[in-house]
Amino acid sequence: MDNIVFLILRRMRRPLLTLVLVYAVSVLGLVLIPGQDAQGNPWHMSFFHAFYFVSFMSTTIGFGEVPYEFTDAQRAWVTVCIYLSVVAWLYAIGTILSLLQDKTFQHAIRERRFAQRIRHLREPFYILCGYGETGRELARALTERGQHVVVVDINENKINLLKLQNLRDFVPALHANARTPRHLLEAGLGHPQCAGIVALTNDNEVNLKIAITAKLINPDVTVICRADSHDIEANMASFGTDYIIDPFDTFAKYLSTALQTPGLYLLQRWLTAKPGTLLPEPVYPPTHGHWIIGGYGRFGKAVYDRLKKEDISITVVEAMPEKTGEPRQGVVRGRGTEEETLLEADIQKTVGIVAGTDNDANNLSIVMTARAMTNKLFVIARQNYRENDTLFQAVGADMVMHPSAIVAEKIRVLLATPMLYEFMSLAAYQEEDWACALISRIAGLVDNRVPAIQEIIIDHGSHCAVGEALDRGRVVTLHDIMRSPGDRERSLNCIALLRISRNSRELLPEDDTELLPGDKLLFCGTRHAFSTMEWTLCHGPTLEYMLTGVDKPRGWLWRRFTGKEKT
Amino acid sequence: MNPEKVVFGFFIVLSLTLNFGFFVGEIDDPVHHNVYELFAVLIVNVIATLLKFGDRSQLGAVLLSTSLVAVLQLVAAAVVWMWVEHISGSGLTPSAMASIVSLSGGAMLANIISVVLLIIETVMLRR
Repeated sequence: MDNIVFLILRRMRRPLLTLVLVYAVSVLGLVLIPGQDAQGNPWHMSFFHAFYFVSFMSTTIGFGEVPYEFTDAQRAWVTVCIYLSVVAWLYAIGTILSLLQDKTFQHAIRERRFAQRIRHLREPFYILCGYGETGRELARALTERGQHVVVVDINENKINLLKLQNLRDFVPALHANARTPRHLLEAGLGHPQCAGIVALTNDNEVNLKIAITAKLINPDVTVICRADSHDIEANMASFGTDYIIDPFDTFAKYLSTALQTPGLYLLQRWLTAKPGTLLPEPVYPPTHGHWIIGGYGRFGKAVYDRLKKEDISITVVEAMPEKTGEPRQGVVRGRGTEEETLLEADIQKTVGIVAGTDNDANNLSIVMTARAMTNKLFVIARQNYRENDTLFQAVGADMVMHPSAIVAEKIRVLLATPMLYEFMSLAAYQEEDWACALISRIAGLVDNRVPAIQEIIIDHGSHCAVGEALDRGRVVTLHDIMRSPGDRERSLNCIALLRISRNSRELLPEDDTELLPGDKLLFCGTRHAFSTMEWTLCHGPTLEYMLTGVDKPRGWLWRRFTGKEKT
Repeated sequence: MNPEKVVFGFFIVLSLTLNFGFFVGEIDDPVHHNVYELFAVLIVNVIATLLKFGDRSQLGAVLLSTSLVAVLQLVAAAVVWMWVEHISGSGLTPSAMASIVSLSGGAMLANIISVVLLIIETVMLRR
């Protein structure tokens, strides 16, 4: 607000001064120059008449000479005044117009409007800093789940792109540098409803700055950061950043899960993939034999460390080992895109290859060259840009590592379905058999599509019917709310994955578990199942039918008629 | 020497001195109060106000407000003058003159505050 007013005042000072001076000179001249009245008597114009005349002079020349016809001396002076005042007016109006078109001014107005909009938010929201591929995916996923998002990006084109995107919720966006705390405050960092801030810019330093700013200004807010270097990660962790997501380490962790417990990895893929898409195929990376890692950058190193822990023999192919650093053993100099280097790296005996350079064309080339030289090969390809999606699908890699997608998916799970995140961390301690059993149950549930995930809280707010029934001392089991309202003998197509009750966590709770007020439940299943379940949860009579199997008369008359007592 | 400060100080002091010149004399005697002087006071005050536009300091804001008060008072005085001369036709009676001069007296008070603030700023920030 202040900004805009001061900008106008500052810019308008000179034109207004000019205008005042021109008016003053004109009025004074008219008052001083002697005139004549209608009878020819000498007459002096008063200030009042002079001001009146000057006021309309420049805008309506030819309006007439008032109150008496002018003498020649007056006319000469008025001629001078006309030119002076017209120029002064043009100057003033021109300045105002150019001010309105001024980039700084327009930006000030937009910024103010944005800050106002944020101040008026009355529901929890997340701030996304950086609207690249990750930001876009995340914004879509969160708005589809009915959560509110605010975007800050330094690139104006990306902000414009956001306006073209067809998101379900209106997303306020600010074109500004998130490095500046003022902009983060405008985006609502200090707002009581601010639930979290996600730093996704492609600059580690900026992400770090955002995390520090957030923790200093609003320590309660959840801070999630993307980071590509271990230095920065340690720095972020030192002041309590809640979640630090490194796409390379994350993927390396997935890979080691896939190596040790393929079932658990598949379960994770199934539950965290985008609901409604085709179910991902299982992957079985070979655990015995020789591997080749092409590119020993951040990604190559992360994978190398994980594979080493599995006691797998590895040869690294790297074009510039002096720049990236060398692994302890087995390095071949080269890009990995030519046959010679791959031969030198023992491609004939190799069971798996990781194409992990930061160049998509080279990665594709590595995969294709290696495939041509040996048949059975497990391929992990790193995809750096989204626009190459079709190429990586065509090359048919067993696992594709796309940093933006990995970060987006992880944050989406974290923010949109926090219970699923918890479920996955608990599931990591389970046996492979447990995971395989759950996978076959899920496979029987959904029709080759990724299941929907639903979190339910048993309380008075959103699911009042159950809350009230529990208050009245009724026993409601998990099985009761999973019955189909059409036929209570049938179950809905869903599986209870996790129950959080007064700080105790229960994986795959049994059907006869009795629900308590305040319980949080996590389900996976079909969308249809969850919309049906809402009936049981929110509609008293339906719940009653589920519990007893009897459709009780609801009206007073019918109750009297049947003689049944009110429960 | 900062030319901006010179111009600024000049107009602020000039608005006070002119104002004083108009104000002195018998309060209800039109002979003691010149219409040209009132005109000059008004113009100089408006210029002084405009000069203060865009100053974001605390003192600048107070200076702007005192100037606005002075301009308001002077405009009121000019309107009264115009009213008695041209609209009501009663002419410059002693009572009309007294009200015009007292309005300009109020403006002078605001101008004095402006000058005092200016002096304070000059003394505090010796640069």
